[in-house]
Amino acid sequence: MEEMIPKKQYAPGEHPEMPPPFKTKGAGLWLQQNLFSSPTNIVLSILAIYFLYKMLPGLLEWSLLDAAFTGSDRNECRAKAGGACWAFISERLPLFTYGFYPAEERWRVDLSFLFLVISAVALLWEKCPLRKPLMVFAVFFPFIAAFLLLGGNGVKLMVVLACTAVVLLLLYRGFSSAFMMVLALVVAVLAKYAFFGGIGVPFTDIHATQLVDLNQFTQLNLKTVSTDLFGGFMLTLIIGVTGIAFSLPLGVLLALGRQSNLPIIKYSCVVFIEFIRGVPLITLLFVASTMLSFFLPPGTTFNLLVRVLIMVTLFASAYMAEVVRGGLQALPKGQTEAADALGLKYGPAMRLIVLPQALKISIPSIVNTFIGLYKDSVLVIVIGLLDPLGIGRASLSSTEWNGLTNEVYLFVALFFFVSCYGMSRYSLYLENKLHTGHKR
Amino acid sequence: MNESANTVSSTERALGESTIELRQMHKWYGEFHVLRDINLDVKSGERIVVCGPSGSGKSTMIRCINRLEEHQQGDIIVNGTELTNDLKNIEAVRREVGMVFQHFNLFPHLTVLENCTLAPIWVRKQPKAEAEAIAMKYLERVKIPEQAGKYPGQLSGGQQQRVAIARSLCMSPKVMLFDEPTSALDPEMIKEVLDVMIELAQEGMTMICVTHEMGFAKTVADRVIFMDEGQIIEENVPEEFFNNPQSERTQLFLSQILAH
Amino acid sequence: MSATASTAQPSLFAKLWYDKNNRSIVVQILATIVLIWFFGSMVLNAVINLEAQGRGFSFAFLEQPASYDINQHLIPYSSRSSHLQAMWVGIINTLLVAVAGIILSTILGFTLGVLRLSKNWLVNKLAYVYIEYVRNVPVLLHILLIHGIIVHSLPRTKEAWNLLSDTAFISNRGLFMPSPEFLPMFKFVLAAFIGAIVFAWLFRRFARSLQARTGTQLPVFWVSVLAIIGLPVIAFIATGHPINWEYPTLKGFNFQGGAVIRPEFLALWLALSLYTAAFIAENVRAGILAIDHGQTEASMALGLPRNRTLNLVVIPQALRVIVPPLSSQYLNLAKNSSLAIAIGYMDVTATIGGISLNQTGRAMECMILVMAIYLIISLTISGIMNYYNKRIALVER
Repeated sequence: MEEMIPKKQYAPGEHPEMPPPFKTKGAGLWLQQNLFSSPTNIVLSILAIYFLYKMLPGLLEWSLLDAAFTGSDRNECRAKAGGACWAFISERLPLFTYGFYPAEERWRVDLSFLFLVISAVALLWEKCPLRKPLMVFAVFFPFIAAFLLLGGNGVKLMVVLACTAVVLLLLYRGFSSAFMMVLALVVAVLAKYAFFGGIGVPFTDIHATQLVDLNQFTQLNLKTVSTDLFGGFMLTLIIGVTGIAFSLPLGVLLALGRQSNLPIIKYSCVVFIEFIRGVPLITLLFVASTMLSFFLPPGTTFNLLVRVLIMVTLFASAYMAEVVRGGLQALPKGQTEAADALGLKYGPAMRLIVLPQALKISIPSIVNTFIGLYKDSVLVIVIGLLDPLGIGRASLSSTEWNGLTNEVYLFVALFFFVSCYGMSRYSLYLENKLHTGHKR
Repeated sequence: MNESANTVSSTERALGESTIELRQMHKWYGEFHVLRDINLDVKSGERIVVCGPSGSGKSTMIRCINRLEEHQQGDIIVNGTELTNDLKNIEAVRREVGMVFQHFNLFPHLTVLENCTLAPIWVRKQPKAEAEAIAMKYLERVKIPEQAGKYPGQLSGGQQQRVAIARSLCMSPKVMLFDEPTSALDPEMIKEVLDVMIELAQEGMTMICVTHEMGFAKTVADRVIFMDEGQIIEENVPEEFFNNPQSERTQLFLSQILAH
Repeated sequence: MSATASTAQPSLFAKLWYDKNNRSIVVQILATIVLIWFFGSMVLNAVINLEAQGRGFSFAFLEQPASYDINQHLIPYSSRSSHLQAMWVGIINTLLVAVAGIILSTILGFTLGVLRLSKNWLVNKLAYVYIEYVRNVPVLLHILLIHGIIVHSLPRTKEAWNLLSDTAFISNRGLFMPSPEFLPMFKFVLAAFIGAIVFAWLFRRFARSLQARTGTQLPVFWVSVLAIIGLPVIAFIATGHPINWEYPTLKGFNFQGGAVIRPEFLALWLALSLYTAAFIAENVRAGILAIDHGQTEASMALGLPRNRTLNLVVIPQALRVIVPPLSSQYLNLAKNSSLAIAIGYMDVTATIGGISLNQTGRAMECMILVMAIYLIISLTISGIMNYYNKRIALVER
């Protein structure tokens, strides 16, 4: 090398670029640097390779190479191949997806799922075309999906959508704290009557709708489907999406309540949050299934799925509250001070200054809480709802597919892995993107 | 600093009636007596500079004036409104008193223009277009209209502080409070902020300014107030204050601050 | 009120609503009324409903015989014992699996976290795959899967795998191990062990003071290890092996004698530990990465060797980041142990919240007990972790 470069003095900026005198590329170098750089690393690499050598071939053989993908029962599978029997999964796939939802009505589930995908894309993807109108659609999505899945009268849906629109408009326009108090009181009274007697549950049995002649809207009616028939991945998504949609606003309220300087408000929020976080979800689900009817007026019953959804939402909202509180605490005190100094009242200051920033800071943690909630939805099998795991376990007891536990569990695990891994990658992407801190 | 700027002395200007009155005001943080018997009368159009060692209660005092801090004894009357627990009064005072913070406290999730129009829209209930026109006017006055669409994080410290001043001016306040507006700035940016403040002073804005910029005090102040250990120690016109300080503590403070 | 604008007497509403103190009182009174109303009607309904069923709210059933069996009990229990005793058995089983899980998951989690930061590409990626797989699958599935593997894939008792030449066996009925019987002379071994720990502590103090006085550094770690292992071993040999092992032997369909770890416990313990370890590993990794590289560089620049840099600079700072999320992982582990019910491990949810509840029909009393127990466990764990967190925070400052 030295001979190639003439030894001479260069003027500043005129020195030619020279290659480094050592290797920077090549497979051998990569191996040396990444696997065998020190004695410890050599030992670790050999152990890892041995582990893979022991595990991978067997796993591949069992799950793919020596597995049966078709067949009508377990014995047929066994006759074909010695490994996994995936025929079971492919045969029961509709059951795993829709539960016992009537076959001729399944388009409604598919349509809801399509709407879900559209809403999710609009909410999560910043460069989505038509994002604004689609986000408005996403806000109404839970009600539309509930109508599609449950069926029933289309007029109720319209009423619900209109009410939501009014509330949102009020929120958007901004309102005084006195108005908020009145609204909160009205909601509390309604909730009290809805759950513990008095008038019927709002929006499942609206009296006003009875004043209208419903027959003229018959073409809007869909066949009612009982929630007992809900199951499979559809149920997982229902629990997950409901929990996500309702726990976030509730969690924000709880977090603000916990930050409040009014002791009674503050400590009721603290007690609620710490109680929910201190007990396992399945005890709350047991409460929903066995005990809740004790607290309702004699003779009232309401749907098990609704009770479970309420419990899951309350559960998730306590965790959400802590996440949001983290975001609120991360906000410099100067932000609220500046809002105060400008003369903003509590409501606008929170809505315009504090919450947008606090929520943005806590988005990654919010997504992680969602993942936790989504995974926790399998626990509903302990009170007899048929999520994929429940369907799988029920199917295992049928004579023709008896004993295929590993296949069932791995299949359900794969489903969860794919969806949760996707969500966690998204949260990671956000975390990397949201580095617009308070730099001074 | 700023010796070249026009000296706008107090003597030839006629001052209006009292805008801010502090009477026998005391404040405690728990057991700690931070402000002791503060008496201050600020006339309309008057410019006051407050100085003193750190921890002397200067910031706390001006933060009491728009009730970011609560006082426990004595009276504070701003524009004829007494500051009590009455939320209506607090809101009224905050509408009329602008404040500029040491750390700017701009809202990082809003653009410069949105920062400026936020309070006029939500507090003064101005239409958006009108609020934006006013905001642009003030942004021009602080010489950064071209930054209106940017986010605060994209601006330098001096530019951010000028936005913060414009944001306060958009509420057309009767009084401006400055809480060490240049302390968090790099030296070369201090001048651009002080220039804006001097211009503001020349237009007759009532100002209370906590600062260590003695040049600024000499140029624009009608009165300089020296505070130590929660008390107002000395109060005088700038020439007297700097050339002929009365108390020993003022002398010591001035010798330390002007030593280099 | 106001100095100038107080000519008109303010209305009552204005007095209540626009005065800061009054407003906070009004709001709180309203909140209290709503709360009392809400919970009052709940309690009232509960009283009416219970009366309609012809029974009051009472814990007297706890004294009645439980009349069901629990296969794993560390305190005396038979089907004739009371529900209360069943509850205690359940609590102890919950605590057992929680404590064992916390220990194992901490060890695994720290190991995995360090492996995840390894410069070795293969090890790093293996740890990554493991952590991502485990974290993104519900813990209930892990429990069922591991339980399924133990019950369905391990050999039957007759063909049990023989570990360590006839001393321990593993089969689908669990792990069978020899159980020790301590002879009187064993107390000397115990004494030697305690003595060694005291010695190690004193030696550490001596070494510290020696270093403070003269600067000499003694190999504290190796001396301590040698003493703590060596002294009991010497005592053990000197007193003539004062332990009798009772070995499990195959008699008929099952093993007799020795100690057994049942498959339910094994599955639950492993699943909870493996699951929580993945989360702890991520916390550990995040904690170590959170330490500014400048800290390591500064320490190296001062001439501290690599291990001292870790011990004195990186780990004390990383622990402060790791401990708070660690405590919430421990809480999750303890709460997740309630999933025992899915595989029939008799923890507190399965005993008092499961079979006792179904037998007596006293849903309310049983659920209140179960929730109270979990709350106490959670509060205890967070109390201990908060104390530890405060201590390391103090050490640092």
